[in-house]
Amino acid sequence: MIRETVALESVNLEIEEGEVLALVGPSGCGKSTFLDIVAGLAEYDGGEILLEGRKIQGPGLDRGVVFQGYALFPWLNVIDNVAFGLEAQGVKRRERLETAHRLVELVGLTRFEDRYPHELSGGMKQRVAIARALAFSPRILLMDEPFGALDAQTRERLQLELLRIRQETGKTILFVTHSIDEAVLLADKVAIMTSRPGTIKSIVEVRLPADRKLADDLVRSSGTFIETREEVWRSLKSEVDKAAELEYCI
Amino acid sequence: MSIPGASLLNGPFARRWIAIVLFLATWETLPRLGIVNATFLPPFSGVAIFLVRTLISGELERHILISLARSATGLLLALSFALPLGFILGWFKTFERYVDPLIQLFRQTSAFALFPLFILILGIGEVSKVAIIFYGAQWPILLNTISGVKNVDPLLVKSARSMGLGRFALFRKVVLPAALPTIFTGLRLAATMSILIIVSAEMMGASSGLGYVLTNSQYNFDILRMYSAIVTLALIGLATNHILVTLERRLTSWKQEVATW
Repeated sequence: MIRETVALESVNLEIEEGEVLALVGPSGCGKSTFLDIVAGLAEYDGGEILLEGRKIQGPGLDRGVVFQGYALFPWLNVIDNVAFGLEAQGVKRRERLETAHRLVELVGLTRFEDRYPHELSGGMKQRVAIARALAFSPRILLMDEPFGALDAQTRERLQLELLRIRQETGKTILFVTHSIDEAVLLADKVAIMTSRPGTIKSIVEVRLPADRKLADDLVRSSGTFIETREEVWRSLKSEVDKAAELEYCI
Repeated sequence: MSIPGASLLNGPFARRWIAIVLFLATWETLPRLGIVNATFLPPFSGVAIFLVRTLISGELERHILISLARSATGLLLALSFALPLGFILGWFKTFERYVDPLIQLFRQTSAFALFPLFILILGIGEVSKVAIIFYGAQWPILLNTISGVKNVDPLLVKSARSMGLGRFALFRKVVLPAALPTIFTGLRLAATMSILIIVSAEMMGASSGLGYVLTNSQYNFDILRMYSAIVTLALIGLATNHILVTLERRLTSWKQEVATW
């Protein structure tokens, strides 16, 4: 017997250009499915996803995806990994390498250009993955729990790193995370999803400017940060409880 | 304080050679001391001298080249058949599920069990020998290619797809390089297999080749010639493996370790 699972239902989201939007929600609520759909990697029926007014059909280089598991090609060194998307785009080798060099520098790995993935730490691998996704100048960066596999310290460093990269590139980012802290720290808006079938419950605006977060070491203990965190948590808590009751949301 | 000779026995060089040297020394001394009958096991030095002499005279060379040519032909045929088939079966998984039972059935059928059949159909000449090598050598290539292609990390495929790669580019740029190490292991097993099989095939029915030399010298009680053929076969096996391991290291230098067996 095949039972159809409805992962998502009427998800209405809008991301402004240059905005960072974090998607939080109970495990198994369909956050990653939603990201896959936006990336063009999963099928969906009903509704539509528009990128700058054009309907999204299948994957494309107007969207760059960063996965939790890095997904680097182990047979390519750092520079060739970063240049991979450009190669698929048909960019000439010289130009490809120039762009790749620039992005490797942006993520601070210039010294490691010739290394292979197995020679890099988890944090370094995710930097390479970010550089690779930025290399072909996507209109939006999609990140699926990008720092979920990293240890706490590396995670905090990379969060700040992402804030800096965002500051430098002005990239629109949609990212999925488990961590409320991470969402509030990185995003301009936090969207809270309900448990299955996932839908957007509320959207919380983060009133901390990105440069302030980047400059202030103590931003996590500031009043605004804590208040926003509380607000997100209040909205999320009932969903987490509900998800815990439903067996298919482990 | 360190004993001068101790480091020599501890070094990587010693670790690599000491067991072999001890083995050859035992081989040399046992017949010389009369512990084993020198008629059945002549000392190693005698075999080595005989081997060098027959190599120089060119008598053994002919048989070596014939055996190698048969192995290589069978191996190349196996490669050109099993590699594309492996790609197809690994890529089209549903199709593979239908074909797999048949593959398992044939795989379990020993190449030697089929040799009389090959001789019956193809005659006692070169064709049946190449055919049996082809049959035996294709399995490791086929099975490893299938599993290499089938087991490519789905996340890599997903990531490449997200960058807009089509099916063909996906195969060429992701599946192929990802499967290469597994395929190469299969190739190495197949090469070893082809040498093992040719010896037996030549022992069963041939008038040339190293396998023929082996049985022929045993019939004629030419013990030195028999041992020199055995040593030659061992050396050929080692050399083949060494060449393929070197090639594999070069092609898959991005990996941490390459198995050397």
